[in-house]
Amino acid sequence: MAAMVLLVAIVLYLGHAKGFGPVQYVQLILDGVRGGSIYALIALGFVVVFNVTGIINFAQGGFVMSGAMLAVAFNNVDLPLPHALQLALAVVFGVAVTTVIGALVERLTIFPARHSHTLTLIIITVGVYIFMQGMALLIWGANAYNLPAFTTLALEDQILRSGGIMLKAQSLWIWGTLAVVLVGLYFFFERTLVGKALRACAINRRAAELMGINPSRMSLLSFAMAAALGAIGGVVLSPATRPIYDMGLKLGLKGFIAAIMGGMVSSPGAVVGGILLGVLENVAAGVTRAGFKDIFAFVVLILILFFRPQGIIGGGERGVEQ
Amino acid sequence: MQRQGWRRHQISIGIGVFAIVIFLLGWIEMARPLGFEFSDVTGGIVGFDTLIRVGLLTIVVVGLNMLMGHAGQISLGQAGFYAIGAYVSAIMTTRAASRGINVLFPGVIREEWWWWPWLMILAGMVVTGGIAYLIGRPVLRLKGHYLAMGTLGVGLIIFVLFREGGTFTGASDGVGSVPRLCIGSFEMWPRERYYFLVWAVALAVMWLSLNIVNSRVGRGLRAIEGSELAAQTMGVDIEKFKLQVFVLSTVYASIAGSLYAHYQTLVNPTPFGFVGSLDLVIMAALGGLASIWGAPFGVGIVYVIKEVLRARLQTLLRGAGGEHEIIIFGLLLVLIMIFMPQGLSYAAGKAFGWLRNLSRRERKNPIDRLTEKAT
Repeated sequence: MAAMVLLVAIVLYLGHAKGFGPVQYVQLILDGVRGGSIYALIALGFVVVFNVTGIINFAQGGFVMSGAMLAVAFNNVDLPLPHALQLALAVVFGVAVTTVIGALVERLTIFPARHSHTLTLIIITVGVYIFMQGMALLIWGANAYNLPAFTTLALEDQILRSGGIMLKAQSLWIWGTLAVVLVGLYFFFERTLVGKALRACAINRRAAELMGINPSRMSLLSFAMAAALGAIGGVVLSPATRPIYDMGLKLGLKGFIAAIMGGMVSSPGAVVGGILLGVLENVAAGVTRAGFKDIFAFVVLILILFFRPQGIIGGGERGVEQ
Repeated sequence: MQRQGWRRHQISIGIGVFAIVIFLLGWIEMARPLGFEFSDVTGGIVGFDTLIRVGLLTIVVVGLNMLMGHAGQISLGQAGFYAIGAYVSAIMTTRAASRGINVLFPGVIREEWWWWPWLMILAGMVVTGGIAYLIGRPVLRLKGHYLAMGTLGVGLIIFVLFREGGTFTGASDGVGSVPRLCIGSFEMWPRERYYFLVWAVALAVMWLSLNIVNSRVGRGLRAIEGSELAAQTMGVDIEKFKLQVFVLSTVYASIAGSLYAHYQTLVNPTPFGFVGSLDLVIMAALGGLASIWGAPFGVGIVYVIKEVLRARLQTLLRGAGGEHEIIIFGLLLVLIMIFMPQGLSYAAGKAFGWLRNLSRRERKNPIDRLTEKAT
């Protein structure tokens, strides 16, 4: 608590030195929530895979990138379709193909090595990420691309203004997507048999197996879901930042930090962690220097690993034991 | 376990053989027997420069081997410590020497002090080791994925601090015109001299590490890798052992970083980021995580692949400066980890043993072979 007060005091002091008023803070927080919502989507992918398989999938960032890049690629193909329809199809294409990629990654790399040491599995998922980034570089080169904003269907997004605060319309799409995904996940885990089987696997893999649930299929499903979640994050983010072949690294790492903040096993925790991380780093970077933005995320990570490895939301004791 | 006969000197003999190979390679470059240069031997793909870089990174990878292979503690941030060594040397032999310290105390550091850069290599080791000691205790409490992320975070923080360090670290331009190393008036240059220096250090580091690994400490480390709980029960002070090996590995990285700074004469943040740390892990994994002998080969193979790809793929790919190798590396890393997680040197050793058994079997008569099978 004292640390929180101190933190806020430091932020206010630094902000004061830069002449920040309430408007600037609200702006920073709003932008932070937008970035944080993307982290939340990525973190959900980490949580799903970790819960079911006990693996931290460092390739998650690769799924984000692949979703974004594939959507851009589809959108850039000349098709005799209305712009809106083509963009919608591009979104679906990006997410669907990435989901298949996720399933392939599980079958080709995780499945053959499922009995290996944790160290081996970490290096494998890192290797998968490098491979995906390399493929993206091979296919799309090192250029940054554009995906039109969902509202205007153009590169220039519509900007909503109110009392000096600016909000890109794409932010609303991002929040809407996050809400829809959360509701969807809730229904999937609570109301469908497959979702319940996944949860059973997360609670106790051995017992789930004895109940006739095939853990290998659940592992496959969890990777496909994680890939889909990552790709959704990548696609809705694309109009706000320009997709590029190496965008997955930072996003993946920050998604992971968000997942850890949320305790690594909890979906609501991941969402809260993601948004909190987004706000924290954006405000901290705002009052200091933009170049330092990435440091704050990792300082947060290290502080959490040291002091509250079970996550700040709690309930993550299982994650620590792994 | 006391080894008998020549096996007692196995490490020294191995290092000796290795030293002869290194010497011969250097001699080929220096003397140019029959008028051919070193790069001709490899068909123009691997130059002499590459050999020096392999030597530099071998020093880092040996440390990583001890940390990951022997103590079972992953580090995805080793390039950060490599950077600290490089920057301490670069800053202290250029800027601080000429601007900082000399502005405060004019004429304190003199040009003719040939030993100043060497002292700064030591200073880099102390600084790196000190930082590693301070952050090592909390970081090494983490396990598995958490340790991977913790070290990655530390590495990235170091990287960003150097990149955003303003005029002190030269931001993304880095620090230039680092002087060459000298002993008295004997300059460690041209390249051949530096090659011998780098490899002498690399061999010393390998020799030291092999001896550590084959000692009580090494057995303690392997016990930690097997099971921390069991090791602790058997009286191994796991916190102390892990911290020591972590500090040692970062000190190795720091030496290599300093030598890199004096070789390149320019230090900028680019090679020290996440990709740099990953490269190191790939090299360690290729050579065999627990194999110190594998380190130079792991580094060498990665460099050869890089050079070949750079030569062959340049025309194939658009844009992108020098990152083509990641396509192959990702795949390579995954395949190695799935099919031979103990690395190439282990696989090679196994293949060698298999061949030897094969030839031995040929000599035995068929009846012996049958009885061998039955038992």
